[in-house]
Amino acid sequence: MSQLRYSKDHEYIRLEGEIGVVGISDHAQAQLGDVVFVELPKIGTQVVQGGEAAVVESVKAASEVYAPASGEIVAVNDALESQPSLINEDATGKGWIFRIKLADARELDALMDEAAYQEFLKTEA
Amino acid sequence: MSSTDLRQTPLHALHVELGARMVPFAGYEMPVQYPSGILAEHAHTRAAAGLFDVSHMGQAFLEGPDAARRFEALAPTDVATQPIGRLRYTQLLNESGGVLDDLMVARRPPRKAGEELLFLVVNASRKEDDFAHIRRLLPDLRLGELGDRALLALQGPKAASVLARRWPKLVELPFMGVASGAELGETGADYLVSRSGYTGEDGFEISLAASEAEVFARSLLREDEVRPVGLGARDSLRLEAGLCLYGHDLDETTSPVEAGLLWSIPKRRRAEAGFPGAARILREIAEGPGRRRVGLRLEGKAPAREGAEIVDRDGAAIGRVTSGGFGPSVGAPIAMGYVASAKAAIGEAVDLVVRGKKLAARVAPMPFHPHAYFRGP
Repeated sequence: MSQLRYSKDHEYIRLEGEIGVVGISDHAQAQLGDVVFVELPKIGTQVVQGGEAAVVESVKAASEVYAPASGEIVAVNDALESQPSLINEDATGKGWIFRIKLADARELDALMDEAAYQEFLKTEA
Repeated sequence: MSSTDLRQTPLHALHVELGARMVPFAGYEMPVQYPSGILAEHAHTRAAAGLFDVSHMGQAFLEGPDAARRFEALAPTDVATQPIGRLRYTQLLNESGGVLDDLMVARRPPRKAGEELLFLVVNASRKEDDFAHIRRLLPDLRLGELGDRALLALQGPKAASVLARRWPKLVELPFMGVASGAELGETGADYLVSRSGYTGEDGFEISLAASEAEVFARSLLREDEVRPVGLGARDSLRLEAGLCLYGHDLDETTSPVEAGLLWSIPKRRRAEAGFPGAARILREIAEGPGRRRVGLRLEGKAPAREGAEIVDRDGAAIGRVTSGGFGPSVGAPIAMGYVASAKAAIGEAVDLVVRGKKLAARVAPMPFHPHAYFRGP
């Protein structure tokens, strides 16, 4: 299962084995505009689903990134420290923010698949 | 406020056509950025020429007998000896010397014998209050709000050469000079052009009839050097230039002395003292204000935004950030804010508290990016 699941806060998570790769959706990066700084979580931090895990700052404003699932932060994307614009260029690829070792993979059932997320965006507009 | 309550500028359709993201700002639906994004728009303005729609700002004529000297009762500027053809920056003050708004004032040739005529440009967010204030204090003068006029700004090192293709005489206009379209050789529409702006670059602000604005804007956008620039880059450009944004870096509690705007209060007005809040302002000039607006450079990469607390290295609160973000031309986070005067020296080490963490910063000179105003051919 490599497809993306989305939260209502516009994070995505992509499952790679028991690890979830997390970032912000392409829609979210477009809304934010040019990203100039990312505050990454510390490796080893425990996060809960819906809890604050990172901060993405655009020229205009700071936006919290919430964990789309609970677990332990096992990796962060250090490349964002020197190249925060990776989030704009490739939000769901090279612009990933952190990896979580999931506490309970069933939490992902509450998230939206691509089609549901696209529908959700229409309701937000 | 719902989007249906928002007003639109005469360039609204053009912004939408250009793919702008429209946001509510001061009661107007305004472009915050175009598809190229804030960083590209900022860089383009510093390198070539950016076109800004600032039609939301309040434009008005104030006229009547002795209008110039009468206006001096509201603002600590010298309009009485201000030549026609010059623009000045000043502030409307309240009785305690706080800033009600900051604005631009030009003198224009009077339209009636025995009268004087001033052209005012005030902030969008303050225009209703400003105009009511002026009418209340100067009831026998006529204040005519120019709601049927647009205001465009063309800013950047290529702005003069672009506009000179239309108005060759414009290259001679001095910084803070004002000329009418007729003075520039324009035979048709009624333009008022000043060499001024809010970016720290050479540039012009052009007041023109709302009905002419879209054609004029499209003609500028056809020039290779010109791209549209939204409010997002307008904010990052003015922050790098060290310029105040009303409602953030200036409000009714801040005095021009605290804000570092003493340069805008000429000697005659300091000597005569006939402006609102003169007692406080002259005392602050003599004794120094208790707090000062300062520039702040952060040592890390994380920006500090408006509202962040400023603490000294012992952890004591000394002030607050009033504007902050990433400076695209500086390549680092920058901010401005007010701190206790004892901590306002350039180089003072402070911390800015962001999300509970202390970010190391130093008081720094402004502008953060050097001004490139026109200083003669």
